Amino acid sequence: MELIFQSLINGLIQGGFFALFAVGLVLIFGVMGVVNFAHGELVMVGAYTVWLLHAQHGLSYFFAIGVAVVLVTLIGLFMERFLFRPTQNDPLAGLICSIGMLFILQVVATLVGGEGPSKQVPPPFHGTWVLFEYLRIPYQRIFSLLISFFALSTLWYFLTRSKLGWALRAVSLDKEASALQGININRISMIAIGIGASLAGLAGALMAPLTNINPHMGHNVIITAFIVTIVGGVGSLSGAVLAAFLYALFHTFVTVYFGGTIATICGLVLMVVVLIVKPTGIMGTRISE
Amino acid sequence: MNSNTQKIVGGSLLLAALIALPHFLKFHHQDLLIFLTINVLAVSSYRIVTLTGEWSLIHAVMMGVGGYTAALLFKYYEVGMWVTLPMAGILTAAVAALLCFPLFRTTQFYFLIGSFAAGEAIRLIWIQFVFPFGGTGGLSGVEPPMVGEIDFMESIPYYYLALSVVLLCLFILYLIENSRIGLTLHAVHWKAALAESVGVDTWRYRSLAFVIGSFFVGIAGALKVHYLGTITPNQFGVGFMVFILIWVIVGGYNKFYGPILGAVVLTLFDESIRGFAEVRPAIYGAVLILSILFLPLGLESIPSKFKAWSGIGKERDPLSLTDK
Repeated sequence: MELIFQSLINGLIQGGFFALFAVGLVLIFGVMGVVNFAHGELVMVGAYTVWLLHAQHGLSYFFAIGVAVVLVTLIGLFMERFLFRPTQNDPLAGLICSIGMLFILQVVATLVGGEGPSKQVPPPFHGTWVLFEYLRIPYQRIFSLLISFFALSTLWYFLTRSKLGWALRAVSLDKEASALQGININRISMIAIGIGASLAGLAGALMAPLTNINPHMGHNVIITAFIVTIVGGVGSLSGAVLAAFLYALFHTFVTVYFGGTIATICGLVLMVVVLIVKPTGIMGTRISE
Repeated sequence: MNSNTQKIVGGSLLLAALIALPHFLKFHHQDLLIFLTINVLAVSSYRIVTLTGEWSLIHAVMMGVGGYTAALLFKYYEVGMWVTLPMAGILTAAVAALLCFPLFRTTQFYFLIGSFAAGEAIRLIWIQFVFPFGGTGGLSGVEPPMVGEIDFMESIPYYYLALSVVLLCLFILYLIENSRIGLTLHAVHWKAALAESVGVDTWRYRSLAFVIGSFFVGIAGALKVHYLGTITPNQFGVGFMVFILIWVIVGGYNKFYGPILGAVVLTLFDESIRGFAEVRPAIYGAVLILSILFLPLGLESIPSKFKAWSGIGKERDPLSLTDK
């Protein structure tokens, strides 16, 4: 019983991270039609920034988070302007460019952090919140969960209540029609990748104290993001969020009882099954041809 | 001299050069030459999959399926390379045929992601099940055969063996591409709806291309494992898949020799930047991005670009399928 509750909580916190980077991937794919393979590396850069500023140079954790978000956003904007915009007529070319970017970011991380074992960031929040005697949640995890909820609700508010958010959703529905209505596609693409990248940076910064940081950590992130995106339905943000939490719970429980590799295999099989049975995912309605 | 004679003369010269080549190389470079030969088969077999316009991300894992088939047959049944090579091809093709049912219900983006997921799942199975796949450490002690006096453990004999197998496979791939099947694959890519309307089952042809490509990459995997003597799941991860993609794209995927050109040129390039081991992936990444941005049709498009620029050789291939 204790184990089940603890796993439930851990799954929820994990889900917050999954949602943060999956939503960014969906947003970029929806608006620009390009699969950003380097999305996991954006998360990695966020985590490295926190490691470098907070763990190495002793700067404040909040300051490090801020720098991570800004830095990753700038990398994202750079990718939009110089990689995705010139190749916007060929989605495959965009994908290949993002793979090139992935290599470059990994090497930069290796040069900054050096080879050797994974880096650790000591948690800036100490102590544990003990609930009902047996449920223990470190404050660090509570903080991460709150911030991810806050970021996701801000995004939801932006997309559903602001004019710019409407424009963004319009572009992801129909590019040409939106352009005809006077929406500047390039500007919207910039905003979409800006949001996507900043969420990835935030996810990396929040994960930093809870995980092992190494140049190849992006690999697991992108696999998770793909599973969540497909299961949630490509192009559906609410689907991605829902799928992120469901998959995180699923993954946590399978990991507890059968081990991490089995959990990932199950996730991948689940994704292939969703592709076959319901390619639109649990929340998706539209399939773009 | 007509073009057929030209082809024959050029082909024989190339063959003579390929046969003479290892004798002028140091041991380390002989090694490299063998891997290059095997990788040429990997990219050429990938090309037949991409002919239908579907870019799969499972090709590297398929090579691993061939490699594991060869390694397992060798280790547990002690059969020779003459059995493991064809069996690797056949079993990889069989796995590919099974995967067709889920994967080709999807196209484009979904296929890309689906194939990536399926490949990653297979790779994780190799890691998870220590028996019989050996886990992360993989399998070792897979040796090449000895025939009479010739020991294929040596680089040069193995190179000739690999070269003859690869050349035979390339010849078959070339024949397939220029047969009715190959033309239909082109039709499925560029005019899927039209092809369907005249009775072409696009699902079947997409699957066929995938199965054929997997068959040949399975053989490439077996060649690799017999030379190395070991096999691990990480040899066939995303990293190697990306290399296949880079070779195909930098070389150019519109002509048969494009991917081969890409593999050869980039291997030479890779060798020339050996000194910068740490930043090598980044240099690769930059080359990839630059070639996509400035040479989207690949290296093979340079001669025709040059011709167009200088105004000679204005004639165009009337059957060119690549002009949209």
